[in-house]
Amino acid sequence: MNRKFKAIVIGGSAGSFPLVAKILQEIPKNFPMPILLCLHRLKHVRHGFVEALSIKSNIPVLEPEDKESIKPGRAYLAPSNYHMYVELGNYFALSTEEMVKFSRPSIDLTFETASYVFKEKMVGIMLSGANTDGADGMFRAHKRGSYTIVQDPSEASVRTMPEGCLKLFQPDEVLNIENIIKFLQELQY
Amino acid sequence: MIQDVEIKDLRIIIGTVKENYNYDFGDYAISSFKRRILRIIEVFKFNTVEELVAKIKSDKVFAEEFVKEITVNTTEMFRDPTFWRKLRDDVFPVLNANPNIRIWHAACSSGEEVYSMAIALKEAGLYHKAIITASDINEDVIKVAKTGLYPSRNMDLNQSNYERFGGKTLLSNYFKEVKDGNVQMDPTLISNVTFKKFDLVTGPIFSKFDIILCRNVMIYFNLELQDRVVAKFSESLFKNAFLVVGAKETIAWCKSAKAYATYSIEEKIYKKIAE
Repeated sequence: MNRKFKAIVIGGSAGSFPLVAKILQEIPKNFPMPILLCLHRLKHVRHGFVEALSIKSNIPVLEPEDKESIKPGRAYLAPSNYHMYVELGNYFALSTEEMVKFSRPSIDLTFETASYVFKEKMVGIMLSGANTDGADGMFRAHKRGSYTIVQDPSEASVRTMPEGCLKLFQPDEVLNIENIIKFLQELQY
Repeated sequence: MIQDVEIKDLRIIIGTVKENYNYDFGDYAISSFKRRILRIIEVFKFNTVEELVAKIKSDKVFAEEFVKEITVNTTEMFRDPTFWRKLRDDVFPVLNANPNIRIWHAACSSGEEVYSMAIALKEAGLYHKAIITASDINEDVIKVAKTGLYPSRNMDLNQSNYERFGGKTLLSNYFKEVKDGNVQMDPTLISNVTFKKFDLVTGPIFSKFDIILCRNVMIYFNLELQDRVVAKFSESLFKNAFLVVGAKETIAWCKSAKAYATYSIEEKIYKKIAE
């Protein structure tokens, strides 16, 4: 993969936590791009998720505040009960608007706004999950030239989310988690 | 069908509204504003941005509808129950030291926050001391707040939040089921509340308060506007009074932030320390 990217955006729901934890453990410590994580989560649980991901992560994991700028080499987790947008100028905008596909944070909205900003310089990764939130967003990202990777549904603990994507378009890659990690490890920067 | 709206189109829409009506959306946060524009285009079935702009210019009634769609916000009662606990446990005792408690819900939307505050005050035995102002730019939602009619289906979530807050009774003791799948909030909850239409962008300083709540509103403003609004709040607060913003907001990037000390970093409660 010779293309240079500016951001990695990962969406997931049920079953995706251990995958994200694994990714964060196995990417190099000096991984320079920001990793945006839009994961469905319990509404009232503010603490614990970031901490659990941080434990073995090679890069800092934090929840952004509204208008916080996106810094390289960090993983940002969408806070509970907020949508997480990316704005031109490289910062986060949060929103409390209506749920999208019963979800807030909605993966569709993060993929949509991130791909608007980063276009072909974004990698979008869709992991295991129980509803189709994110499929439309990934499709829009794909149309804008983002590099799209969908977790192999046969490996995903809940196939609905990856399959939702595959029903809409053919992503650049369909990979199991080991190969997703390998892809990230081999990125040029 | 329009799939996307460019920044230049947004500027044209904003310019048209500003020239013809008294609203300035020029400093609203872009992504959320754009999303609402796209939704309006879809709902009202415009084929182009030009069509939308023309309609705004020519149709005053539609323009008012447009403003309401742009400014309506989703909310719930006792949103972020841990904030409401902190308010009750650590802020109410401080407010209680005053002979009366002047409260401003700045952008009260459909009133869920107002009713939540009223209930919290009542259960703390403080409601009789409260003088409450609730304002919003959107007259439709103020009407909803005044009427106190909410869809029954919202009440499960509200009840759940109320329980996490540690409410003394059942939320259902504060409302009754009425027809059409709605509930009616107890009207005595707003007996100390004055509602008014107010635009945070253009509105003047009109009073001073002991606590201002502006939760999950400035996320829809850009940083420049947020700074102006926080400065406006500074001038609308007594010394040592409180400003509250949403759980994932911060006033830290505002120039006006130096007038405040952080009272609760977790719940985003600030105290004005400088005049």
